[in-house]
Amino acid sequence: MMTRRKKLRIGLIAGGLAVFAVAVGLVLTALQDQVVFFFSPTEVADKGVAPGQRIRVGGLVVDGSVIRGQGRQVAFDITDTANSMTVRYDGILPDLFREGQGIVAEGAFGDDGAFMASTVLAKHDETYMPPEVADALKKQGHWQEGAQ
Amino acid sequence: MIAELGHFALVLALAVALVQATVPLYGAHRGSARLMDMAAPAALTQLLFVAVSFFALMHAFVVSDFSVSNVAENSHSLKPMLYKVTGVWGNHEGSMLLWVLILALFGGMIAMGGRRLPSTLAARTIGIQGLIGVAFLAYILLTSNPFLRLDPAPLDGRDLNPLLQDPGLAFHPPFLYLGYVGLSSVFSFAVAALLEGRVDPAWARWVRPWTLVAWAALTLGIVLGSWWAYYELGWGGWWFWDPVENASFMPWLVATALLHSAIVVEKRDALKIWTILLAILAFSLSLMGTFLVRSGVLTSVHAFATDPTRGVFILGLLVVAIGGALALFAWRAPQMASGAVFQPVSREGALILNNLFLSVACATVLLGTLFPLFAEAFEYKVSVGVPYYNLTFGPLMVPLLLAVPFGPMLAWKRGTLTGAFQRLVAAAVAAVAVTAVAAALSGGTPLLASFGMGLATWLVVGALCDLAERTRAFRAPVGDTWARARGLPGSVWGMALAHGGLGIFLAGVVAVESWKTEELVIMAPGDTVTVAGHTLRFDGVERVRGPNYMSVTGNLAVTDGRFAGKTLTPEKRFYPVQRMPTTEAAIVTGLLGDLYVVMGEVQENGSWSVRIFDNPLAPWLWGGAGLMVLGGCLSLADRRLRVGAPQPRARRKPAEAAA
Repeated sequence: MMTRRKKLRIGLIAGGLAVFAVAVGLVLTALQDQVVFFFSPTEVADKGVAPGQRIRVGGLVVDGSVIRGQGRQVAFDITDTANSMTVRYDGILPDLFREGQGIVAEGAFGDDGAFMASTVLAKHDETYMPPEVADALKKQGHWQEGAQ
Repeated sequence: MIAELGHFALVLALAVALVQATVPLYGAHRGSARLMDMAAPAALTQLLFVAVSFFALMHAFVVSDFSVSNVAENSHSLKPMLYKVTGVWGNHEGSMLLWVLILALFGGMIAMGGRRLPSTLAARTIGIQGLIGVAFLAYILLTSNPFLRLDPAPLDGRDLNPLLQDPGLAFHPPFLYLGYVGLSSVFSFAVAALLEGRVDPAWARWVRPWTLVAWAALTLGIVLGSWWAYYELGWGGWWFWDPVENASFMPWLVATALLHSAIVVEKRDALKIWTILLAILAFSLSLMGTFLVRSGVLTSVHAFATDPTRGVFILGLLVVAIGGALALFAWRAPQMASGAVFQPVSREGALILNNLFLSVACATVLLGTLFPLFAEAFEYKVSVGVPYYNLTFGPLMVPLLLAVPFGPMLAWKRGTLTGAFQRLVAAAVAAVAVTAVAAALSGGTPLLASFGMGLATWLVVGALCDLAERTRAFRAPVGDTWARARGLPGSVWGMALAHGGLGIFLAGVVAVESWKTEELVIMAPGDTVTVAGHTLRFDGVERVRGPNYMSVTGNLAVTDGRFAGKTLTPEKRFYPVQRMPTTEAAIVTGLLGDLYVVMGEVQENGSWSVRIFDNPLAPWLWGGAGLMVLGGCLSLADRRLRVGAPQPRARRKPAEAAA
């Protein structure tokens, strides 16, 4: 009786470990290839990003920089107050997108050096500031807690 | 005055909760019936006070009492009445009050139903429930008081975020909380069992209805949220693997595992330690979800402005609850005798497989959700998106879904795969046929999607095979089958419905994700465009005034395709009080899928950008998930859950005679 119980337990543990090992393998490959890094405009300027690498960028939308309403392409500048960069986007901007707003865009630099966003993250609340953007602004010394 | 009454009731509720959390636990420890008898009245009194407090806040919203800060910030006199009421939980303070109300409700329900439980178990369960209540009531009173006054009171309120002024989101939080907080009752039962040092089939039977209620409510809550995101946000998607969504999905995965492992405890007196662990983890993940959503530590598309200091309090709560429960678990679990042995190929084996894959899948979701936090500790800012989950969660679900129809076909203790498969031949044939048809219709791209449709068929027909097997359909005379079908317990119907619903849901997921068509076009009035077989003509826009918003409404006539003759009116709305624009998608739904249109921006020449989606089988997502909820409810209605519970001797005799 004891041996049957032991066999069962060993079998259960072995099966569990096998599934777990598969999951760990899947997670490691996925994390290696699918994690997207965040860059502030200053980090983009300092470090440089290879064309084609998927990244997220974030900052405040620069006043007067939004060019839209000419076909499907939209272009705007984002800044962390030290540096700024141009983001191009082929789609409909989220409702809460506006000048001066903190936004996060995901996409990649093209070979021509322009950043082409595939998504511009929308928020449900106009006073919301993405944590990365808040951090990037803090680094430049332009952020006061609660002063948004 | 009424607001102060609400505040005062909340303080009283805390006082009663303190009694509820201490006296019955001490009484159970000492074996004092008099002290344990305090449990039920305390739980009911706490419920009464929290309810008074909740309705006081609701009253302030309904009469638009803007001298209450919470109402002034989240309501407006012009807001429709429905959203005045639901606005109560459309903000942080009110939603926490709803949380505590549901917590007290579960405490009260356990107290009402607790007369059939052994007195120490009932006292301990209600006591633990009271302990959780103390923590959350203190949290509200110390950090998130919804009854703060404003002086002078503003003339009008700042209105509710327009995205929340929607029926889908009005009812999403109550059901989600019913699920989250419902798991607290299971947690309390588990901790009480650890204190008792005893877990037996009777315990599993008492816990099962609570797990079912929580699970069904959580499922419904998640579905309502997903449905809302689908039609209100105008992104055409229904699930984004966003941290806030994952926060609700992880407890669901563990609760689903718990629902299945509790069956093994009930029927076979095995898997007891594991089941207790799952019960603790399910509520721990609910608490963690609350923390993630309320603290704003993770970047989320669904995030609302948050106050980090409030997050710290919940984090502390989380550490105490999880740490305490797990420490108790580590101390007491080894003393519990393990139950009966069984072969790997058996009903128990299938249920363990279910638990294994669900919990490992939950772990991958947890890792993906929290990975950005780990990375941040090393100064990396990263995000983990949809591709990660497609590569990890997806493959883990395939073997689980393949195994689902086998489970009910296998015997307890020792089953045979060939025997089970013989009874599933119809499902296998149907699955292969659907795979072939799907591949032919889609031209084989992507091939995996065709197999996905086959897998969905396997689940649906597999559930039907199980019902046919139990009713001897097609083999016995129709009348005989009918009699058997009527005699089947609710839990069997519930299981078949839930498993079949899962298949229908899967078909929706596969079709929408694989065969969705999305086009962004620029249209001037009079232009026509054809997307995925639907021809639409743009007839320009008109300006419309709503109760508390202005709207630019587009008119698109469908001139050809499945929905020919329908008119779509997507809107761009502007809510002046919150100075917030929103998008209202226009959707026509058919059995085979949705046509989904969103207005973009006006162009310089007066034409508009319009985004058009064809989402095949999208309604199946909601239909399938709805069937799963219905399955949960049917299973809850199973009379065995009530009749089987131990009853006083005098009443048991006639019940047996009747059976």
